[in-house]
Order: sequence, then C-alpha cells, then structure tokens
Amino acid sequence: MATLIRIFGDIDTAEDAVQEAFALALRKWPVDGLPPNPGGWITTTARNRAIDHLRREARGRELLAQRLIERADDASGEEVGAVQDDRLRLMFTCCHPALSTEAQIGLTLRLLGGLTTAEVARAFLVAEPTMAKRLIRAKHKIKAAHIPYRVPSEAELPERLRPVLAVLYLIYNAGTGGPSGDGLRQEAIRLARAISRLMPDEAEVAGLLALLLMTESRWAARFAPDGSLVLLRDQDRALWDRTMIAEGQAIVRACLRRNRPGPYQIQAAINAVHADAASIEATDWGQILALYDQLLAASPTAVVALNRAIALAEVRGPDAALALVDELDLEDYHLFHAARADLLRRLGRPTDAARAYARAADLAPSGAERAFLLGRVDEVGSTANEPSEALRNQSERASGTRTP
Amino acid sequence: MPRYLLSVHTVDGEAREPMTDEQMQRSWREIQALEAEMKSSGAWVFSARLHDADTATVVRVSNGEVVTTDGPFVEAKEHLGGFYIIEAADLDAALGWASKVTRVISAPIEVWPFVDTAGG
Repeated sequence: MATLIRIFGDIDTAEDAVQEAFALALRKWPVDGLPPNPGGWITTTARNRAIDHLRREARGRELLAQRLIERADDASGEEVGAVQDDRLRLMFTCCHPALSTEAQIGLTLRLLGGLTTAEVARAFLVAEPTMAKRLIRAKHKIKAAHIPYRVPSEAELPERLRPVLAVLYLIYNAGTGGPSGDGLRQEAIRLARAISRLMPDEAEVAGLLALLLMTESRWAARFAPDGSLVLLRDQDRALWDRTMIAEGQAIVRACLRRNRPGPYQIQAAINAVHADAASIEATDWGQILALYDQLLAASPTAVVALNRAIALAEVRGPDAALALVDELDLEDYHLFHAARADLLRRLGRPTDAARAYARAADLAPSGAERAFLLGRVDEVGSTANEPSEALRNQSERASGTRTP
Repeated sequence: MPRYLLSVHTVDGEAREPMTDEQMQRSWREIQALEAEMKSSGAWVFSARLHDADTATVVRVSNGEVVTTDGPFVEAKEHLGGFYIIEAADLDAALGWASKVTRVISAPIEVWPFVDTAGG
C-alpha cells in the first residue's frame, strides 16, 4: 500500500487498487495456486489496476503520465528496500504534525497496520461512521494541502519523529484496554520494530521499541485467571516473557553505550531494572530512583513526578513519598489517588487509604482497573474502624457502576 | 506548484507592548529581508497588510437587491490583518516560510492550501 501511495501520490487510488487486487486474489489463488511472491503479486496487480483506472479518466491520464515520468527511475533496484522506505515515508505522512492526533492514529492503523475502518473505530470506541469521516477528512487534507510523502530532513527529524513515536505508544496503550487489544499492541511493536530497523541511528526509536517489548513481556502476568488485575509487586515473574526481555535489555544496553538518552530510553531502562530482579524486594530501587531523576529532568511532568515518588517510597519510605505526592496537582488522575492510597495504607492510615482508593475507583476507566481499586477499598477498609461498605457504595454511586 | 495563503490574524484592541522606534525599525528590516528572500527564491506571489477591521464594508444580496453595510462580515474579535500568497513544493515547504514569518511578526500564522485549478 505504501508503495502504491508513493507511485500514485493519492491514498484513495491506492486503497481502491489494493482492494481490487485482493478481490482478484481471492478468485484466482484457490484455482491457480499461490504465486511465488504473494505480496509482490498484490502490489503489481494493484499497480496495474490503478493504471487501468487512471487511463480511463482524462484527469487521470495527465496524472499517470506525470507519475510514470517522475517514478521511472524507481522501478529498478532493490525492490524490498524501496518498499520499506515507502512505509517509513508513509509513517511520517500519517503522523504529520498538521494532522490531529486522532487522525494520525487512525491513518497509521488504517494505512500501515492494515486494519479496517471498523476495526480502527472499535479500538478507539467511536462509531464506524465517525471514524470513516475522520479518515476521509484527514486523507483530504493530505491531498489538498500537499502534505508530502517524504522522510524529513535531519534538521526536521527531532520535531517530526516525536509524533510518530507518540502515535505508536498511544496505539500500544489503546491495546491495553480495548476489546481488540492484542492486535493493537502487536501492531505497535511491529511498527516500532520496522522503524527502528529503518532508522538505526535514532536512539529514541530504539528506546520506544525496548519500552514496548519490556512492557509486553509482563502481559501474561498482569491478569489473574479470573481476569482481575495483578500489580507488579504481586506478579508471578515466571510468567514474564524472557525472550522479549532479552531483546529489550539488549536494546537498552546499546542505548546506554550510545549515551544519547531520551524519555523512551529511560523508561525502557527502568523496566529493564525491574526485569532483572527476582522479586519486588530484590529490585534495585536506588537505580530506579536515579533513572526517574533523569526522566524527570528530561520530561518534567506531574505524572513522571508521581512515578518518581512511588520509587522514592521504596528507597526513603512512604512518609517522604507522600509529602511529594501531596504537592502534585493531579486531582483528576486515578493513579494519583491510587498511589496516595497505597502510601497511606503503608503508613497505617487505613481510613484515609480507603477513601483515596474509592476516589481512584471513581476516576478509573471501567474494567479490570476499577474492579481492582474497588477491591482495595474493601480490603483496606476492613482494617479500619469505618465500615468499608459505606465507602464502597458511595464510590459506586458516584461512578454509576452500581447494579440494582 | 501548489499555492498557499499565509494569513496573519490580529486581535481587536489587543493591548500589545508598545514597540520602541528601534524595535519597530528592526522588525521592519526583518520583514523586508524575509520578503526579499521569498522573492528571490520564487516563493512570493503577493503580500499585503490590511487596515483595521472597522474599515471593512460588506455588500450582499438581500431580496434581490444588493445591500451595502458597515463591515466586517464576521463579527469576531480576530480579523485578518495581512497575508502572503506563496508558491511552495508541498506543505512542509509552506510551513517553512510560515515559521519564518511568525518568528518575525510574533503572531500566529494560518496556512491554507489553495484549491488547485491547473490540475497539478
């Protein structure tokens, strides 16, 4: 698809042609057998189809002649390399800063991830017509405003790479909640892998890939058999995927040697330290805290400060951590209240802890995370004087999840 | 070659730090230099600065008659204060010029593509 978009300079033409080529393949392959290079067959067939279409239109004839002249020199040479370059170019087009983040994500999944519009819509919990409209508008803008298919120059790269990495990270994170999650997470990793292969000199691209691999390595341990959430400290580390960890750690080591740190690399390094430890107690929290110091300097946000405070609790105790957490302005962030609750619990203040868990549950997205937090309200509340049932009910009423 | 409108919006009655003569002259020189650069690279098509919005007049057809009223057409706080029309290879090139303009005039620039009329 990326190749065809480059050749025709038009997403719709390419999409239609690919669809036709697949339809033809469905008819032909069962009869004639699989061609030796199915991917190449689709590209060639789609290209020929698109050329047929363009020939039929007067406007198309002009466009076609122009494209063929412009691209004549591209036909030979390393086909595979050219296809890879096309994908990279398209990634930068899809994630052009002139497009909204929603459009960037949608286009990336649709054009590079090969998801259908319905699948993209499902992943982001919007109606299919809404997503279809969003994609049409974005494609129209690419065409009307002449957003180029080009890998940005060295000078532009830092600014242009940022949304690309952010989109992949968002796609991965969308896969940790939505119903079609597995596919999204794998797609994010696949694209991150593809980009890191194409841009081996970009440390943050490698950092993102390592971060995604390290996060994904713990996926099987994140949920109990009944579907409830398991915290890092309680996870069965035997379930962690050692192959992914080894790959992620190798990337982190290469990043350290390169010594051009950035937020994704540092987060990957933090995860690498966790992966090294046999248990939560055996974790090198001093090193994790040092990495969080570095991360906070690189991206000084309240969420990073919160995570740093959680690490600090392991090094200097919950008291010092709570003092830091209470200074943060994250009133609407459920993990802020969850972190406070955990610190209050450890400080022997179960009533305050239960209240904070209840607030966290109110704000949490529905599903495993909220269920987990509501469970903690009960658990902590039962050690307090105040009846936890009252808090739990209050919380469920507030969040509208109470069933009659 | 695609054409783009780079429009500069000004806010009515916006209290701006008054510029000293020296600052004004420097800003003027920078704008002149930038326009010269646009012209020598072939990007410049046209540019203009507009009077305040209360100097605008609107004509429209109402009940078959052309009616003239005091403008502007859109009652808003922000109005078009000036614009460039440029030719650029693609949006990135247009954004490159817009970045230079916004640096010099310290106001946001809106970059609008023209509808292609020549089919290219």
